[in-house]
Order: sequence, then C-alpha cells, then structure tokens
Amino acid sequence: MNLIRKFISCQKPPGFWWGVITVTLLLLPFGTNSYGLSLLTQALIFGILAMGLDILIGYTGQVSFNHATFFGVSAYTTGILFYGGCKNFWLALGSGIAVSVVLAIVLGLLVLRSGGPYFLMITLAFGQMIFALAWRWRSLTGGDDGLPGIARPESGLPAAMENNLYFYYLVLIFFLAVLLALWKFVHSPLGRSIVGIKESESRMQALGYNTFGLKLMAYALAAGVSGLAGVLYVYFTGFISPQELNWTMSGLIILMVIIGGAGTLLGPVIGAAVILVLQNLISSYTDRWPLFMGIIFVLCVMYARNGIFGYFLKLYKGGKNHEGNRS
Amino acid sequence: MKAIEVKDITKKYGGLKVLRHLSLSIAPGERRAIIGPNGTGKTTLFNIITGVTKPDSGKIYVFGKNVTRLSPYHRARLGLARTFQRNNLFFNLSLLDNINLALQVNRSQLKAKDFLENWALYHRKNVKVKELSYGEQRQVELLLALVQSPRLMLLDEPTAGVSQGESRVITEMIQRLPREVTVVIIEHDMEVVFNLADRITVLNRGQVLYEGNREEVRTHPTVKDIYLGAAEEEDI
Ligand SMILES: Nc1ncnc2c1ncn2[C@@H]1O[C@H](COP(=O)(O)OP(=O)(O)OP(=O)(O)O)[C@@H](O)[C@H]1O
Ligand SMILES: [Mg+2]
Repeated sequence: MNLIRKFISCQKPPGFWWGVITVTLLLLPFGTNSYGLSLLTQALIFGILAMGLDILIGYTGQVSFNHATFFGVSAYTTGILFYGGCKNFWLALGSGIAVSVVLAIVLGLLVLRSGGPYFLMITLAFGQMIFALAWRWRSLTGGDDGLPGIARPESGLPAAMENNLYFYYLVLIFFLAVLLALWKFVHSPLGRSIVGIKESESRMQALGYNTFGLKLMAYALAAGVSGLAGVLYVYFTGFISPQELNWTMSGLIILMVIIGGAGTLLGPVIGAAVILVLQNLISSYTDRWPLFMGIIFVLCVMYARNGIFGYFLKLYKGGKNHEGNRS
Repeated sequence: MKAIEVKDITKKYGGLKVLRHLSLSIAPGERRAIIGPNGTGKTTLFNIITGVTKPDSGKIYVFGKNVTRLSPYHRARLGLARTFQRNNLFFNLSLLDNINLALQVNRSQLKAKDFLENWALYHRKNVKVKELSYGEQRQVELLLALVQSPRLMLLDEPTAGVSQGESRVITEMIQRLPREVTVVIIEHDMEVVFNLADRITVLNRGQVLYEGNREEVRTHPTVKDIYLGAAEEEDI
C-alpha cells in the first residue's frame, strides 16, 4: 500500500495520466472475453453520460433529476431516423445531439429559474412527462414495445461497426474526446464561473455575472454530452424503450456521479463502471440489486464523502503533502 | 445627476410593511451612512437598489438611469458593487480564486496577485476562504467589492461581529477608496459611522426618520431616543 501511495504521489511528466488512461483503455479489450468487452463499452458510454450530468451536479451545483431525458430523446431520435431509412452515423449523431440540446434550452428556460429542491422536483416532473409521451406516442416511438432492431450505422465510418471490437474503439474515441473537451471546459473561464455559481449564485450576480445564461449554457452542454451517449447507446444495444427515459434511469446516473465523485471528471466514469459491474454481478444472483446499490451508496456517504475517486484523490494529495513535509 | 435616487419605494412581506414610501437620494462621491434599529428595512433597501428584491412600487435610478426593471447583474455592470451582511463568498475556493472570479467578469487586465499585494490579506492568498477567520472573511467580503473598481459601493454592516482591531482595519480599507467613489454604508457601530460618513440617514419602520450631517444626527433628540439611546442600552 505504501509503495502504491509513493508511486501515485511522485512527480510525473505532464500528460502522464492521460497516457495511462489512453493506453489502459486501448489495451483492456485484449484482456477480456466478449462479455467483458460489452461491459467495457457500456462503462464508457455511461461514463460519458455521467460526466455530462456532473457538469450540472458537481460543477454548477444543480441536481437535475431528468438527465435520462436527454440521453433517451437522442437515442429515440437515432432510432426513429433508422426506421426512416437513415443509416449514416454522422447524421444520426448530429440530430441526436441537436434534439437534446434544443430540448435542454427549452426546458432550461422553464426550470432554471428555480433552485434547490424545487429544481429537482420540476426536472423530475418534466422528465416523467417526456417518459409518458414516449409511452403514448406509439406511432412514433413504438410505445412500451420501444424500437427494436436498430442496426449499427452502415455509412460514415471507415470500418464495419457490427464488429464489437471496432465499435468499442469508436466509443473510446468519443469518450477521450469528451473527457479532453470537458477537461478544457472546466479549466476555462466559463468553467470557473459555473463553479462560482455552485459556491454562491447571488455573489456571482453581484459581481456582474449573468448566472441564468451560464446555467442555461451548462444545462445545454450537459444535455449535448448526454445526447452523444444516447446515440452510442442505441447503436450498442440496438434497442430503445421508454425505460431509458424513466426516472429510475435518471436516478442511476445521479448515483454514478455521486458514488464516483461529483466535481471531478474521472469520478463519474469510475462510478459508472463500478455500478455497471456490480449490477451485472449481483443481478445474476438476485433481483434485489437496487438494495445493494443502496448499501453501496450509504457506505460511500459514510466513508468516502467525495466518492470513490475523491477518496483516492485525497490519498494522492495526502501523499504529496507527506513528501513535502519530509523534504 | 445623482449616484442613487430611490423614489417612493414600498415593499411588503405578507402583511409586514418593510419599506413605506421611502425616498432617498445620494450625490456622486458622497459617503453616506444608513442607520436604524434592527429589522427596519436597511438590508431590504440595499436588496432593492441592487435588484435582488423587487419593490411593490416605486423607482430606482443609478447614475441617472432607471434601473427598476434591470436584473442584479446588469446593475453590477453599471459600476454598482455591494457587500453582504452575512458572508457570501466562494468558500471552497482560495482567496486568489475569489478575486479572480471578480476580475474575470470585468475583463480586467489586473492580476489577482498584484491586487492583493496592496492589502493585509496578501499572505493568506492561497488559503481556502472557508479556512480564514471570520474577521478575515469580512475583509474578503470587502475586497470582492473593491476589486471591481466600482463607482458606487453599498456596504452592509462591513464590521459586524469583528473585533475592535479588525474593525479598524476594515474602516481603513474603506477610507482608502478613491474620493470619487460613492459609498453607502449600513452600520450599527457609531464610531465607524462617524469616521466614514459625511451624511447620515436614519431609518425607522421603513421610513426616513431624519437626514443630516454628523453633528446634527449626534444631537438630534428623536434620533438619540430611537436609535443612539437604544444602541447604548444594547451595549449594556
Ligand atoms: N425575504 C423575506 N421574507 C420575509 N420577510 C423578510 C424578508 N427579508 C426581510 N424580511 C423582514 O423584513 C424586515 C426588515 O428586514 P431587513 O433585513 O431589511 O432589516 P435590517 O434593517 O437590515 O435589520 P438588521 O439591522 O437586523 O440587519 C424584517 O422584519 C425581516 O424579518
Ligand atoms: Mg440588515
């Protein structure tokens, strides 16, 4: 343990962790079977989704309870386009993200005026409205049957995506792109100002910040990122149903963010991976996996307030200070 | 042109009339204190001037511009800065990053470090604001307004709850402001008031009870009764 601590806390060249992450994710598929590969792909997709939500929860300080909406409508958009004969990846991707972002701006104009628990309740209500809409609008969405049989895109990409390994690398490219883009974003002036809103919105206004505009921007950004995840998800599973729009899904994404570590980018990704793995492990033994989810959540709240990643980050920084004291 | 003109403002919270047809005007460059008993509507008046609270009726002008319908951030951009009665800071950020956020929105070329160099808290610049002492946080409250280089500053009890020594530090910070900056200060500590203010407005029950210079206020019989007397009793 001490050796590990020493290793993670010693000085490393810039970009070191980026290299580690990239190489690990590039090589991981070779250590697993097809089941593992499928889990990995899902983890990255949900990782993107959770990073998107974390922009709201961890950075802007807004606990939005309808994040599944943006994920779901984008997945539906892709499915509906597919049924309409669109086989092009980029067209589906662009439309999915665009629909999510536009919906977020419209919803945002309505919900972002309220804060705290009201915001949570209103977003939940809107999310359930969209859920009900997908359920009822059978001619477009297939109702509770959903839209089955959505094939991977046939055009726009250099390789055949029916191959799961290729698809994994496609998802990986998007994952790394989102991670890098959000990294740049949270370290930009805009990113710092949304953290200011989390700290004190009224002070931000007193300083001259248009906090409503900033919150709307963050909401749209989070929705766009989730829209991207939605398109990848529907191509991955080939199926979309109202369940992906339901509040249980929104709750699951919130758990991923909080268990992994809100306010960090990698935290939610780790949260997504941990929850997916556990969900798969536990649900093969029992139907009661939500119970276990609850237990893990409580453990996190008790022992790792800042999530799993926050816990390790603390070790890392603690190690650094330790070294500093000795020298 | 006045720095602030408050015209016939009324504000109710439920059945409670907090401000009643209140009018007030303050000239550019003036140092004005607003005093009055607890719960008399001083903070509410600041919130209405800065746009945080909407009045039920009446108008607000800042440097001749009708701002009654403008949002708080628009008013801030006109050069209106404020501090809060209860510390309202970016507690989980360092002092330096607190200042950075204030500079960033004003597209200021100034560096936070260079700004802080001029103030007593410089050596605490890398400390998270929540780890500063209460008195230091009170100074940050003021620094966040100072760094905006405003034309008009509203200070809501800047020395409330701090020690005598810290109160002096904060008073000196306010005195260092360029003379052309208009300062309105709500304050219970009469020593601070008499040190800083040219003119004093006494509020009582949401109305202006009296307005005058230091001497006039010090010797005014009703003011003594309602406010100065009451404050002295509180001290005992
Ligand atoms: N948001 C609100 N909702 C309901 N009542 C309020 C609200 N804000 C203030 N009040 C009431 O309005 C009255 C005036 O409050 P205000 O804070 O303006 O007084 P103040 O003069 O600043 O007092 P203090 O010297 O204690 O700071 C008080 O009775 C207060 O309880
Ligand atoms: Mg007050």
